Amino acid sequence: MKVQKTASTLLLILGFTLYFAVNEPQSAYAMHIMEGFLPLGWAIFWWVLFLPFFILGLRALIRITKETPELKIMLGLAGAFTFVLSALKIPSVTGSSSHPTGTGLGAVMFGALPMSVLGSIVLLFQALLLAHGGLTTLGANAFSMAVIGPIIGYTVYKGMMKSTGKQKLAIFTAAASADLSTYVVTSIQMALAFPAESGGILVSFVKFGGIFALTQIPLAISEGILTVLIWNWLQTYSSEELSVLQRKMKGANQS
Amino acid sequence: MTNRSKNILMLLAVILLAVLPLLFVNGDFGGADDAAEQAIAELSPSYRPWFSSLFELPSETESMLFALQAAIGAGFIGYVIGWFKGKSKAQ
Repeated sequence: MKVQKTASTLLLILGFTLYFAVNEPQSAYAMHIMEGFLPLGWAIFWWVLFLPFFILGLRALIRITKETPELKIMLGLAGAFTFVLSALKIPSVTGSSSHPTGTGLGAVMFGALPMSVLGSIVLLFQALLLAHGGLTTLGANAFSMAVIGPIIGYTVYKGMMKSTGKQKLAIFTAAASADLSTYVVTSIQMALAFPAESGGILVSFVKFGGIFALTQIPLAISEGILTVLIWNWLQTYSSEELSVLQRKMKGANQS
Repeated sequence: MTNRSKNILMLLAVILLAVLPLLFVNGDFGGADDAAEQAIAELSPSYRPWFSSLFELPSETESMLFALQAAIGAGFIGYVIGWFKGKSKAQ
């Protein structure tokens, strides 16, 4: 136990040393659709599509905190996880960087809707303070990251729990697909707004997919692993909250 | 395999996934959205962004805020796990 603890600490230090030794610090904007880079019509379109989910998400959040106030801390955890992961700009095999989304954990725990609020708060923070993403494109970015990602993650989790019953594997796959689908949707949004002159939307989609989705594959795997890691921690120490979660929520049930 | 050694292996995998591209891929690792900006310039050369960020911070300040974002989140996660751990010990 003690030896392993020391070993994991050493590994962490080694990892970060390696990372900083080979990674030259630089300013990198790493994801989502940039401010002003969606034509006005599309910007409004995605805002309108996103807002109903946000309102439903707010209602879900209010209901959860009213009925089971003991789960507030878990909601905070889901939000904090998204907050951390979307600050981690990780280099990828395509030679550019992007970051995970962290929405899978909350989707697995609470279902998809609460994440529409938690995810868009993170996006708002990044748009306002980091000039990362943007206010005009917030509707589109929130739709891909805070709505579609969690919906896919939740669906995958449910499907895998039903078919295989292996919870860790289900969580890994759910988080990875929530992450990856976010960037697939981003590619679709970009392709719709900027169809190629010859070949149209499909050609554009392949092009943007090569930028966003391809970069995202190793990051989606990382996110899946990190989500399982934090789930392991939760299981070790908080069986009580987890059982409340399983009783009350649509997500998170163990078989 | 104990849970702890499984966790260590998973952590190792995450680190490798981030470090290996730096070692073996020849790229400047700029942001994916910079690459998307170039793609837009190719697809529709006449497009001009019609709105820009309210203010743009110097890159040093920006990296500080990114670090702050990660620190706030990680701090809260650490708090929650410590809280759970204390509670399970007290029982």
